Amino acid sequence: MNSAMARFAVRRLLSMLLVLFAVSVLVFLIFNVMPNGDPAVRMAGKIPTETQVEAIREEWGFDEPLYVQYVRTMEQLFSGEMISYATRQNVSEEIWKGLPRTLSLAVGAALIWMAFAIALGLYSALRAGRLSDRFLTVLALIGISMPVFWIGALMVYYLGYKAGIFPNGGYVEFTVNPLEWLWHLVLPWTALSILFIGFYSRVLRSDILETMGEDYVRTARAKGLSERRVLLKHVLRNSLIPIVTLWGLDFGAVIGGAAILTETVFDLQGVGQYAAESIKGLDLPPIMAVTMFGAFFIVTFNALVDIAYAALDPRIRLEGRSSR
Amino acid sequence: MIPRDPLLEVRDLAVSFNTEEGSVQAVDGVGLELRAGEVLAVVGESGSGKSVTAMTLMGLTRGPNAAISGAATFEGTELIGADDEELRRIRGNRMAMIFQDPMSSLDPVYRVADQIVEQIQAHRDVGSAEARERAIELLDAVGIPAAAKRADSYPHEFSGGMRQRAMIAMALSLEPSLLIADEPTTALDVTVQAQIIELLRGLNRDRDLSILLITHDIGVVAEIADRVAVMYAGRIVEYGTLDEIFYDPQHPYTWGLLGSLTRIDRPRPRRLPQIPGMPPSLLAPPQGCHFRPRCAHAFDRCLEVPALESRLADTPSHFDRCWLEPARKRELREVGDQGALEEPR
Repeated sequence: MNSAMARFAVRRLLSMLLVLFAVSVLVFLIFNVMPNGDPAVRMAGKIPTETQVEAIREEWGFDEPLYVQYVRTMEQLFSGEMISYATRQNVSEEIWKGLPRTLSLAVGAALIWMAFAIALGLYSALRAGRLSDRFLTVLALIGISMPVFWIGALMVYYLGYKAGIFPNGGYVEFTVNPLEWLWHLVLPWTALSILFIGFYSRVLRSDILETMGEDYVRTARAKGLSERRVLLKHVLRNSLIPIVTLWGLDFGAVIGGAAILTETVFDLQGVGQYAAESIKGLDLPPIMAVTMFGAFFIVTFNALVDIAYAALDPRIRLEGRSSR
Repeated sequence: MIPRDPLLEVRDLAVSFNTEEGSVQAVDGVGLELRAGEVLAVVGESGSGKSVTAMTLMGLTRGPNAAISGAATFEGTELIGADDEELRRIRGNRMAMIFQDPMSSLDPVYRVADQIVEQIQAHRDVGSAEARERAIELLDAVGIPAAAKRADSYPHEFSGGMRQRAMIAMALSLEPSLLIADEPTTALDVTVQAQIIELLRGLNRDRDLSILLITHDIGVVAEIADRVAVMYAGRIVEYGTLDEIFYDPQHPYTWGLLGSLTRIDRPRPRRLPQIPGMPPSLLAPPQGCHFRPRCAHAFDRCLEVPALESRLADTPSHFDRCWLEPARKRELREVGDQGALEEPR
């Protein structure tokens, strides 16, 4: 088992590196073939002369072959010396600044949506076909259909600006004031969670209903277990396997870019918002950095999900063959 | 054998389910009596209501779409009217059940021993270590090799036969007086089937375990049963001791069942014998005797439901639901060896 685990880790690590490399090359190439993408022209100001552009090109090395530029970009990325073309600020520092904000948003929202999804999915499955289940079905569909930029904007306007209950966007460091931190995050968490709650609770509901028909659930009842124990230890435990898998993947995706809209609507100044601004300015270094950042989280959580899946379901073996 | 008090007594059990097409009368007035230490086999084809009968006794058919009536007394407790908690305390404890498909009857995410421990602790206040020891003992007793080691396996690491053994070990964990076995061998290989039947027979003999065996396999019945109830389309059509059913079957359906048994001590038929026609839909069962549309000997009177009663003076414990005169039955049965079944041409 341990050697299987080690082999799995090594194989997974290699494939992760390969994916990250491919992503970086792709981003770099796309940027270089994009119309209007020439950074020297953008950096030279409003009405640049040809000499000015030439000078910038030479100074920043834009006249060198692409692979040299690529290698230099990657060197800068990993040494933390990458500088934004547009703002001339250090990219790593910007990402480090945004990271706690993005993590606060993602971790909080993930916990909230999972908790609500389990509660609502379980309730809905137990009331399947009844009025309360149908009501929750409609509610879930509404939740899935509401885009974050719309519901988020409504929240900021009505609950923040108009009613003044919540802050009008923005972020306060946890270390500065934990209560304010929480208060500033309530709306973003809610806005980001709604879609996931709707979706997850539907998936869980159908998984639970399916599991309830399994023979081993009948066995559990025949053993004389209490209905509560049958539901939690046998039905829910088995129904959670697919949803926990989904959770890991979505969590990685939220950190890796799926929270861009939420961060922007609520002005959280996280990594996602930084990515959005950099893309708007066609600013290669931060685009490269945040893409790698996002890809890293997505790939990492994919691997973690595989490990979690094997832990949750003993029938799954990491190496694809049985141990013993 | 000295007759003992019945351990389980079922009277007029009726179960119907509401479906989208209408009400399905799955069990229609079933009565059974299982004495302590006996093996009672309920035989019938799929859809005859035998499994529903068994599951209803365990309370496993309860639900918003099921209508259950009648009475079932087990060790002095009325099962049909029992509330959920009362029933929970009996099942798994005083009476236990094993199922048709051992592949899917164990929870895939828990170790085998832990699933047994869970059942023990649901009924007794014992520590985990003690319960685990008991689980290993049980696994050993049902013939799991290296039980102490295999106890920590997951169900998918067991073969089908081993899983059914594990199910039996689990069922025995609280020393129940009644084991309900619902088609326990159907999903298994023939050689494994024989082993499981041998195991059940040993438990019946050595532990005085009463068994209610649900099966469609008349061969299994012959090996293990003391008494037999033949079910057809929700009703018991014949009820008697193993010898009575096998050597003096009274109901044409029973003749059919016995006739469809392939026997190596008889000349091989050109085609395997079968009962012509299909079992009736329980949404709209035929009037009178349910077997009437398929019966070669049906007559006017069969439009009335025959009572399940003793019709033979010399064997008063042998019941059947057929209007034919016993003498006439014996005559008809002689034709073509096992009676009504003529070889289809």
